[in-house]
Amino acid sequence: MPDQVLFGIEAATNGLMAGVMYSLVALGFVLIFKASGIFNYAQGVMALFAALTLVGLQEGQVPFAHLINAIFGTEVHHFGWHMPALLAILLALAVMVLFAILVERYVLKHLVNQEPIILFMATIGLAYFMEGFGDLMWGSDIKKLDVGLIQGINATIDETTYNWFGYGFYIDNLDISATIVAAILVTVLVLFSQYTKQGRAMRAVADDHQAALSVGISLRFIWVLVWSIAGFVALVAGIMWGSKSGVQFSLSLIALKALPVLMLGGFTSIPGAIVGGLIIGMGEKLFEFAIGPMIGGATENWFAYMLALIFLVFRPQGLFGEKIIERV
Amino acid sequence: MLYREAGDFKTSYAEDSQTFPIVIDRVGYYVVLAIAFGVIPFLINDYWANAVFVPLLIYAIATLGLNILTGYCGQVSLGTGGFMAVGAYACYKLMTAFPELNIFFCVLLAGGVTAGVGVLFGLPSLRIKGFYLAVATLAAQFFLVWMFNKVPWFYNYSASGQINAPERTLAGIVITGPHTEAWAKYLFCLVFVVLLAWLARNLTRGNFGRQWMAIRDMDIAAEIIGVNPLKAKLSAFAVSSFFIGIAGALFFAVYLGAAEVGEAFGIQKSFLILFMVIIGGLGSIFGSFAGAAFLVLMPVILKNVLVGMLGWQTDIAAHLEFVIVGALIVTFLILEPHGLAQLWRIIKEKLRLWPFPH
Repeated sequence: MPDQVLFGIEAATNGLMAGVMYSLVALGFVLIFKASGIFNYAQGVMALFAALTLVGLQEGQVPFAHLINAIFGTEVHHFGWHMPALLAILLALAVMVLFAILVERYVLKHLVNQEPIILFMATIGLAYFMEGFGDLMWGSDIKKLDVGLIQGINATIDETTYNWFGYGFYIDNLDISATIVAAILVTVLVLFSQYTKQGRAMRAVADDHQAALSVGISLRFIWVLVWSIAGFVALVAGIMWGSKSGVQFSLSLIALKALPVLMLGGFTSIPGAIVGGLIIGMGEKLFEFAIGPMIGGATENWFAYMLALIFLVFRPQGLFGEKIIERV
Repeated sequence: MLYREAGDFKTSYAEDSQTFPIVIDRVGYYVVLAIAFGVIPFLINDYWANAVFVPLLIYAIATLGLNILTGYCGQVSLGTGGFMAVGAYACYKLMTAFPELNIFFCVLLAGGVTAGVGVLFGLPSLRIKGFYLAVATLAAQFFLVWMFNKVPWFYNYSASGQINAPERTLAGIVITGPHTEAWAKYLFCLVFVVLLAWLARNLTRGNFGRQWMAIRDMDIAAEIIGVNPLKAKLSAFAVSSFFIGIAGALFFAVYLGAAEVGEAFGIQKSFLILFMVIIGGLGSIFGSFAGAAFLVLMPVILKNVLVGMLGWQTDIAAHLEFVIVGALIVTFLILEPHGLAQLWRIIKEKLRLWPFPH
């Protein structure tokens, strides 16, 4: 096979894997949007915050060490323990659940019945708050996240493809595990929402708030539940992205990358988030590979948005979104 | 002389439809103008100009622009930073290509160019609505910033990829470049602010403004009663981008002097200006000023208090600033979702009724 085709296939495969990562973030958006009609801009910062908390717990950092030192003139920084990864993940999850409860109690409860734009702005405010809070709590330096996922080139694939085509594909082990984790996560979420009582209640709320209330479903509990699940998804996304490129501020920007994925897939569809992520991931890698060098590279910055924009002009509700019916 | 219309008899239609129907408002407006033009330029120094007044004025223009689009016409845009970059680069290209051209017209023309680009990116708004549109405008933001980074023609092939404002004068007074006096910067921006605010006020209460508001409140219904959505939406995009382009040109040429596009006009700028619109109040000219003032002044005050008075490290202060800004935005939205302008309206209503409660 000619080299160009092989490179293209490699780029497409890597794009698919990157797309899975986008889907992970997009999933969190869809969950919250479906259940509460809130477009949660803070999803990316939640991933950052979750990853920061995880690293902090694992390394035994003292929370707010910087602030405490500044006020009391002390010199604390570490507790001096090293927590096993699994325990740290569970504790980080507990923190995210606590966060969900606090958000519901102090923000969402007061904003019922506001316009969507106001709710959207509130989540941006929340994102700012969490960003500063996370930095205050754990420090703003770049941290290495290691929960025992294998990294680096997958030797088996490299060897097999070399034997077949005379060119070894570079596929990162981390991307493969991310794909597997995402698959498991989606399966669990679908099973949960289809076959459990709480899942059914969640879908009822997504369908119609008032009808759900009138049959005795607690809206507030469902919101806490949904935000906890979104926190969990954020934690998973944070682990994956954090292992890949370190835990730092830019992690929160993946939220922006998830937006075109959502637009393509439709805000209300879980399969849409997955398919959208795959299309975007593959599309931008292939575009960068084929057209990028001609126009100066770094096209990944905008390609996804342009693709989504052009796509939306023809199908305003996205691939799997519900048909928009407007009445006067 | 109390704050009310009673006793202030209007004898002509022009008087009846004036912007400030109440005497005290009218007087207050002229007093503010007189102070802005007659007092501040003599007192201003470099710190006050660069930290407070010039950014305040420039952000006020950008906020007015976005408020026309989002507050009056209901089209949420996250591309403000990108459009400001268009204004900045258009101004730069005009300044370097036509050195004799008056800087005042450079800035105006930069606004015109931005209006054209805005209309282009506004076209999808005819099909896409709501959040989908907000995300679609992100395409403009990222694409424009990328383009100004990658196409060397825009930054005149300079090695650093930066654009630097050359020195230009207006009636013998230096307006741009490193040797500009604080009062010159301030006055130049102030003239634009006054002109544009006057324009915005009169556009929004006329035919155009009513079309925009009809589209905002319900676009299908507006279409049925005879508002042309193509004309209304695209004119809103054009006017809004014109304002934002001028703000971008001033931000680059007068305020920064040198700019790198990703840093000066990134996505953070789009959010900042959207915050100003929301905190000030959607669909309000006064709100645009109030929102801009709030978000320009708060970091300055916080920094002075935390670093200057309490002596904390700057990075802690910076993080705390994020926390406080975030918390304030959320609190604001909970307490008064319609922004500072609504508070002002309530106060005025109370004053008019005083001493009666209702």
